[in-house]
Amino acid sequence: MISTVIFASLAVYSWKILGFLIPDRLIGERGRLIAERMTVSLLAALVMLQGFSSQSDLVLDARAASLVVAGALLALRVPYIFVVLAGAVVAAGVRLLGF
Amino acid sequence: MSRQVISTSLSVGLATGLYGVSFGAIGSAAGLTVPAVMLLSLLMFSGASQFAFVGIVAAGGAPITAISSAWLMGVRNSFYGLRLNTVIGPRGLWRLLAAQLTIDESNAVSAAQEGPRDQKLGFWLTGGAVFVFWNTATLLGAMAGNLFGSVEAWGLDGAAAAAFLGLLWPRLKNNLALAGIGALVALIAIPLTPAGVPVLLAAVVALLPIGGKK
Repeated sequence: MISTVIFASLAVYSWKILGFLIPDRLIGERGRLIAERMTVSLLAALVMLQGFSSQSDLVLDARAASLVVAGALLALRVPYIFVVLAGAVVAAGVRLLGF
Repeated sequence: MSRQVISTSLSVGLATGLYGVSFGAIGSAAGLTVPAVMLLSLLMFSGASQFAFVGIVAAGGAPITAISSAWLMGVRNSFYGLRLNTVIGPRGLWRLLAAQLTIDESNAVSAAQEGPRDQKLGFWLTGGAVFVFWNTATLLGAMAGNLFGSVEAWGLDGAAAAAFLGLLWPRLKNNLALAGIGALVALIAIPLTPAGVPVLLAAVVALLPIGGKK
């Protein structure tokens, strides 16, 4: 298992180092724009994945409440750490209430 | 200026670190030894890839499936690297280290800052803080095993969702349509495609001329 872990880690690292090795002049303004857009669409997908999926199923559970509260707090410009803590408290609380 | 970068970086490090407890616990519950779980956090150091890996192992999947899922989950890191290389411009061994610290959180905090100095600081501080907290928490979680195993009871999954939303938030103003389409594509793909693919499809959306500013 250790060798599988090391091989998988190297595989993941290959992506990380690749981005740093491609010369800047090959990227240009367009490349930078794409990288920026990539970050936005991936983060949006990760919010959905983390908020509404369980294995390969779509689910609506306490995490949806966390996201609603987090969104409201972000709109009120509440600092990041409190938004994250609220996410935990809301999910745990909603589950305590039996949903 | 810099004070705000420091507090944001440490907040992100701490928040992500909390979630590392659940990774450690889930990893050992999946049947991995404590050293194997720790190696994942130290060497792979990419939350989504690590969860994909132990998820496949827990489900009894083949090693090659676990490796390829973790690998596919990591594609976005090379795009973060493209951006970070121009912002940070690391040389020699620093480049190898910067690559290892290239994750969702370090890139997002860096990109949210104004000016090259704070963008640099945001990357190194967030990457370093997440690395320290994530690995410490992984060790605690792996040793505590099933004691802290209930991610749900502690609301840690809700915290992780809120954490990603918080990272996305500052970018929504200029990219609302793109974020909406990326989210929609992921939602549609989650029940239809294997783990790792929904995020990849969202990455493809970014390459298409849709949801642009103008």
